[in-house]
Amino acid sequence: MSLFTKFAPLAAQYRQLEEAGANPFNVSFDSVLSPTEAMIKDQPVLLLGTNNYLGLTYDPAVIAKAVEATELYGTGTTGSRIANGSYDGHKQLEHALAGFFNRKHGMVFSTGYQANLGMLSTLAGKDDHLILDADSHASIYDGARLGHTQVTRFRHNSPEDLANRLRRLEGTPGDKVIVVEGIYSMLGDTAPLREFAAVKREYANTYLVVDEAHSLGVLGENGRGLAEAACVEQDVDFVVGTFSKSLGGVGGFCVSDAEGFDILRVVTRPYMFTASLPPGVIAATLEALHQLQTRPGLRRQLSANANRLYNGLAALGFTVGPEPSPVVSTVMPSPEAAFAFWSRLLHAGLYTNVSLPPATPKGLALLRSSVSAAHSSAQIDHAIAMFAEAGREMGLIPPASVQKQGEVILVAAK
Amino acid sequence: MRAGEFNQESGSRGVSALVGDIREIIFETLRSSLPKPVEITEKTHIVEDLGLDSVAVMDFVMEIEDRLDISVPLDKIAEIETVGDLIAAMQNLRAGS
Repeated sequence: MSLFTKFAPLAAQYRQLEEAGANPFNVSFDSVLSPTEAMIKDQPVLLLGTNNYLGLTYDPAVIAKAVEATELYGTGTTGSRIANGSYDGHKQLEHALAGFFNRKHGMVFSTGYQANLGMLSTLAGKDDHLILDADSHASIYDGARLGHTQVTRFRHNSPEDLANRLRRLEGTPGDKVIVVEGIYSMLGDTAPLREFAAVKREYANTYLVVDEAHSLGVLGENGRGLAEAACVEQDVDFVVGTFSKSLGGVGGFCVSDAEGFDILRVVTRPYMFTASLPPGVIAATLEALHQLQTRPGLRRQLSANANRLYNGLAALGFTVGPEPSPVVSTVMPSPEAAFAFWSRLLHAGLYTNVSLPPATPKGLALLRSSVSAAHSSAQIDHAIAMFAEAGREMGLIPPASVQKQGEVILVAAK
Repeated sequence: MRAGEFNQESGSRGVSALVGDIREIIFETLRSSLPKPVEITEKTHIVEDLGLDSVAVMDFVMEIEDRLDISVPLDKIAEIETVGDLIAAMQNLRAGS
């Protein structure tokens, strides 16, 4: 078909993966047993790639709230907040999020993707400037494209390059909106947020947006993310995030102290022109947020599991990301090797992810894992053993007799 | 002299940046960012002929931004198809800055 001719090279690659019976982009689980286990046909699979950081998807209290709200309010809201009205739960959740982050305002979106789409396309207007970290998530780039502002990107995690960009804009009218992430989802590295905040303070009319999608419930004494961990929450003007990772649901949010924040509800198109979240999702998220706040042990367990996997894989000789984090990626020599390794692991009973350029930085092919607080130490060790066996079979790491610590990939700017 | 015009990373690149020959800087940066040598002219199509993906193009533009001390908006990068387009866009931005 001529419409799809432009996709022909990609379609050929996709077909190859399908024919090989190992397509990382088309996995389906026949049943899911827990936050860490599923079945594919008759095979039990250990889940090590689901971003289920706190393992709350099967929490009895969270499930009970979802069931209760579904019975009380029905399966869906069947419309948008603006056109068809808000339910009590949506407002409660916004209030709870604002309270958790010590902010005046909160706004809930139907997905994390839409939270970025909405905030970035709306905050910076035609005469303003959006300045993005080069390794930003697709939702940040897409939000930038949806708006009408001038968009430039600075070198990943480089306060110096951010300063260069702001300096070049000095004297230019309009506000400057800087966007960074707490934890980057491909290599699990964190932003040098204290340094970014210091740069921001040096220039007039600048605002800082931090996407804590992968760091909410993961970093900070209270789980508020990287801004809390780096002690720079007062420099962050807008926090965006998602419910679909540590909170085990779906949806997105933004919290802020910005005066007049509520006007966003009638100018932010990805908020206005889509159905609001179902009552069951809202109630489950509210309960998951409560669990996140009252069970700091989850965060400690997550961190211990992350360190165990990161150090275990590095000790085997895999090249790993720059720092331990719940996202643990190993660098593969090529996309083909990534597919083959991924497939071997899955056949051995371990589910991970494949990440390829252009979604990855520096053209890297990655075998990406994410850990959960729900993983037992035994599960993590079992995963490491599967990495060891498949990695040695494929010659990706040295044989067991040779001790060689893996390298750490450097992603900081030059 | 503006900060970005003197590139200390490499002597020869720094000198050409001082001369300010935008065209030469772009050819040089492009050549050094390709895995293997390819003949480049102003008609060379950046994506099709050089096999760079969208992110690789943006990363390569960053090198030029540093050398010329300018910021190139993403929508301008998206409009660039050939090396000639790139040179023209950089000259315009530099003239306007």
